[in-house]
Amino acid sequence: MLAYLIRRLIAVVIMVLVVLLATFTVFFMLPKWAGQDIAVLFAGKASGAEQVEGIRTKLGLDQPLLVQFWDFVRAIPMGRDYANGTDVTHCPAPCFGYSFRTEEPVWTTLKDALPVTGALAAGACVLWLAAGVATGVLSALKRGSLWDRAAMIAALGGVSLPIFFTGMVAMGIFVHSLGWVHIEDNLSTDDSIGVWFQTLLLPWIVLALLNAAMYARLTRATMLEVLGEDYIRTARAKGLGERVVITRHALRSAMTPILTVFGLDLGVLLGGAVLTESTFNLPGLGLAAVQAISSKDLPVILGVTLFAALAIAVANLVVDLLYAVIDPRVRLA
Amino acid sequence: MTDIGKSGAAVGEPVAQGSPAPTAFLEVRDLKVHFPTDDGLVKSVDGLSFQLEKGKTLGIVGESGSGKSVTSLGIMGLHTAGQYGKRKAQLSGEIWLDGQELLSADPDEVRKLRGREMSMIFQDPLSALHPYYSIGQQIVEAYRVHHDVDKKTARRRAVEMLDRVGIPQPDKRVDSYPHEFSGGMRQRAMIAMALVNNPELLIADEPTTALDVTVQAQILDLIRDLQKEFGSAVIIITHDLGVVAELADDILVMYGGRCVERGPAESVFYEPRHPYTWGLLGSMPRLDREQTDRLIPVKGSPPSLINIPSGCAFNPRCPYADLPKDNVTRTVRPELAEVGSRHWAACHMTQEQRERIWTEEIAPKL
Amino acid sequence: MSGNPEKSAVTSEDKAVTIPAQSGGATLKQGPAQGETLLKVTGLQKHFPIRKGLLQRQVGAVKAVDGLDFEVRSGETLGVVGESGCGKSTMGRLITRLLEPTAGKIEFEGKDITHLGVGGMRPLRRDVQMIFQDPYSSLNPRHTIGTIVGAPFRLQGVTPEGGIKKEVQRLLEVVGLNPEHYNRYPHEFSGGQRQRIGIARALALNPKLVVADEPVSALDVSIQAQVVNLLDDLQEELGLTYVIIAHDLSVVRHVSDRIAVMYLGKIVELADRDSLYKAPMHPYTKALMSAVPIPDPRRRAAKSERILLKGDVPSPISPPSGCRFHTRCWKATETCRTQEPPLLELKPGQQVACHHPENAEDQAPQDTVLLSAATEAIEVVTVGGDEPAKTAAEQTPEPETSEPEMSEPEASASEGSASEGSASEPPASEPSVPEPSGEKRVKE
Repeated sequence: MLAYLIRRLIAVVIMVLVVLLATFTVFFMLPKWAGQDIAVLFAGKASGAEQVEGIRTKLGLDQPLLVQFWDFVRAIPMGRDYANGTDVTHCPAPCFGYSFRTEEPVWTTLKDALPVTGALAAGACVLWLAAGVATGVLSALKRGSLWDRAAMIAALGGVSLPIFFTGMVAMGIFVHSLGWVHIEDNLSTDDSIGVWFQTLLLPWIVLALLNAAMYARLTRATMLEVLGEDYIRTARAKGLGERVVITRHALRSAMTPILTVFGLDLGVLLGGAVLTESTFNLPGLGLAAVQAISSKDLPVILGVTLFAALAIAVANLVVDLLYAVIDPRVRLA
Repeated sequence: MTDIGKSGAAVGEPVAQGSPAPTAFLEVRDLKVHFPTDDGLVKSVDGLSFQLEKGKTLGIVGESGSGKSVTSLGIMGLHTAGQYGKRKAQLSGEIWLDGQELLSADPDEVRKLRGREMSMIFQDPLSALHPYYSIGQQIVEAYRVHHDVDKKTARRRAVEMLDRVGIPQPDKRVDSYPHEFSGGMRQRAMIAMALVNNPELLIADEPTTALDVTVQAQILDLIRDLQKEFGSAVIIITHDLGVVAELADDILVMYGGRCVERGPAESVFYEPRHPYTWGLLGSMPRLDREQTDRLIPVKGSPPSLINIPSGCAFNPRCPYADLPKDNVTRTVRPELAEVGSRHWAACHMTQEQRERIWTEEIAPKL
Repeated sequence: MSGNPEKSAVTSEDKAVTIPAQSGGATLKQGPAQGETLLKVTGLQKHFPIRKGLLQRQVGAVKAVDGLDFEVRSGETLGVVGESGCGKSTMGRLITRLLEPTAGKIEFEGKDITHLGVGGMRPLRRDVQMIFQDPYSSLNPRHTIGTIVGAPFRLQGVTPEGGIKKEVQRLLEVVGLNPEHYNRYPHEFSGGQRQRIGIARALALNPKLVVADEPVSALDVSIQAQVVNLLDDLQEELGLTYVIIAHDLSVVRHVSDRIAVMYLGKIVELADRDSLYKAPMHPYTKALMSAVPIPDPRRRAAKSERILLKGDVPSPISPPSGCRFHTRCWKATETCRTQEPPLLELKPGQQVACHHPENAEDQAPQDTVLLSAATEAIEVVTVGGDEPAKTAAEQTPEPETSEPEMSEPEASASEGSASEGSASEPPASEPSVPEPSGEKRVKE
């Protein structure tokens, strides 16, 4: 078990390092190869040559590539001082560099965006997991019934409709027409829980709808498979009530594949729900990424990418550990 | 349904038609289990009757698709298990267990009998045990459904049962998971679970088919011992004539969802009166006999349960189908008729014809 | 439920199959004369490594096949029996070179084929064919019967005289199927018919050696007999040599000329059929045969005795020292625990690896003290009798009941340490491996 855990952890570290290297290459080298000067990008087109050179020295862009990479990696846990003679800017750990646009540390941007993304992901995943699994189980138990067909058609709709469509429609109805909820434009940690809840309610539901649909289909399929297993028959042969058979015996087995997908989804979501955040104008990681991309703000893009990769890796790690809790056979492996 | 009275009287005293009070511990009367499918009605069991007393073992023999497993699931009320949303199975007939009719009973009443009055062990103990729960948890669960005791008491009971079925170090092994057991030990654990509530009826569906031959011998021995000790009625379902010969007092041979021959084990083995039984006996190579040159197989394949051949279901495979006059084998379904003491067979050939064929043509070649 | 199983079983299974005249094309070969050695195996081993821990280092090996020596003579049938996990299937895959041996030598018609690569094996694939257990999973459901049976011709680039289609139809007829079913798909056939298709495919290139791994165990009793008879007929007509691997002793006896009994990766007895069944020498062979349920209720009444081995087959990862059977043998002595018995020919046509064989002179007569495990290793059960069962070792007094005395340390050595990593034991001693017993047959 310990070896299993350590092996998984090492895999996560290696993966993060690979992502680091890849993103560094793409985001810092690509402009160079494309003939664009990062120092110019940073300084802005109007700047003079001297200014650009100053920035180049300050950001270390005149250093060899390997040194640049090492400085970049080291800065994340250690922090970094950008210095050009007497002009010293300290970037505290975790340092992902400075935004070209706001000239603030990238970490500040991430830090501000994280609570929004986190709250969005947490609320939505609770909703979709509950709704999706419940619908799927009921559909499996009443396979072929009117309920099953209706649920599966709804699920198909949920999967196919893009978020900006459902999001827009929901906003149009509930915010603008009916005025039931108020969406705060620039959500921050200073806002009260009530404001957060009101603002996030629609995004939760819209995002959950999309995912719940998929989970309902997945749950239905795995439940049907599990219900045909021999050990379910054994459970009935013992004289267990149907409710116990379904929950304690069938659902526990069906949770394994659901958990796998869930870990991945949650990881992706924590890296920023780009569409949802854009649609509802929520200042989360996704929105930060979109804004950074449109303004070619390389350090921010890099920071969000790294964070997203880390989120997925950690979510997968947690899922792997949960596996071992659920399935005793994994503990040996 | 004239065959109710006739076949219902199968083993033991004749029972008057429609008599509501059977004397036998278990009595199945004209059981039919039909499954509607898109291709047609699957008649898995189509009019089966038998009786079984406590302390006795009935062996049900047949090939895949003969309806033997569906019969046992029908008795347990498990025929719908895993049938979610598919069209409901159609059951008719009567199943009397200890004076109580099960088919017309409240499903919850039947559920309470399951695992307590009647329990079942299955072919593949690995897939029949839940992979995520320890052996102990599964036995404790089986005990506590029917007994209002705390977990500690139930666990003690589980250890006791594991010990009884020959699991070494039961107090430690009780916390093992099924995948940590060998095949034989899993089946022992399965038996422990089935017997934890001292059931009156134990149904064993191919209990040794997935096991090695030396382990099979252990398990058969265990079942025999336990039956002696608990005095329960046992139904053993198998395709292996050797297994029934080891355990069964009475044998019921099924073909195409119906009983073709039934009687005491000795009669069925030494004076079989149905060509299908002859075919089964001729098909298997036997260690206890001199080496034979050729086996005597049954030609063709078992029938489709949707299109059971008209007349005698066995007629397309029967080498003697043309012996009875007027093509009767292909038009009239033969009913069980008495051919000896407590011995019935469903065949159109005359008693004399069958006796002659058996003694002159079949028996010498076996 | 499609197709028409009744109709397509054209030949009467009871008659010998008539083989249409050989097309005599490129596929015809001159085989070795009857009785000559076709396949020779020496010291054959196959160890599957077990990797464990952080770096996935090899911590041990499943010794599936651990030193086999035998010959297969042209025209004969060698039967291989044993319980699941004894390595018989691995052996089949080794001699057909579907697996790479760890050590040892395989010679086919005098040519060393032990380490031939895919290319080197190609010409040999014509001569050595395999029939598999499960007729359901071994045929590609998307291919027609014609494609399946004709595949060997295409793979080998051989065009039989009259074309592939004609040859395939001839083969279908040989195995008792309707040649007109050339264009049907596997799902339209019953289990027995599928096994015939598998046989037709194996016969396509006119092989010299056919290795059949549990060819009938997935089939119904009445169908089993059809396939067994078919294999018999084909051997007679085509002069085939078979290696038939099976767990069913009665089937093996019926089909084989010589029989090898395997236990934990080794051959414990190799003998002519009649010698083996009439006078088995190895205690394991004896126990194995006595465990087979006999379809005769009177034997139960006649209080026939049965040797009941206790426990399970030990793990092939760390097989017992000396004689591998000593943990379950009622004749085991100190010598058995320390010295591995060689496979010796104690009687013409009967080789056995045992220090204290049955029906033959004791190989280690000086050694008479039974191991304590031996006294508890088995029970002799009086089948159907009312007396309590008694232990086999005559020296020991009878225990009170037939209840297996499993809580004793010795007995737990035979069952507890057997195979699976128990929760009570430190995991280090029991690396996770494919289980050697029990579920295997279901999966295979």
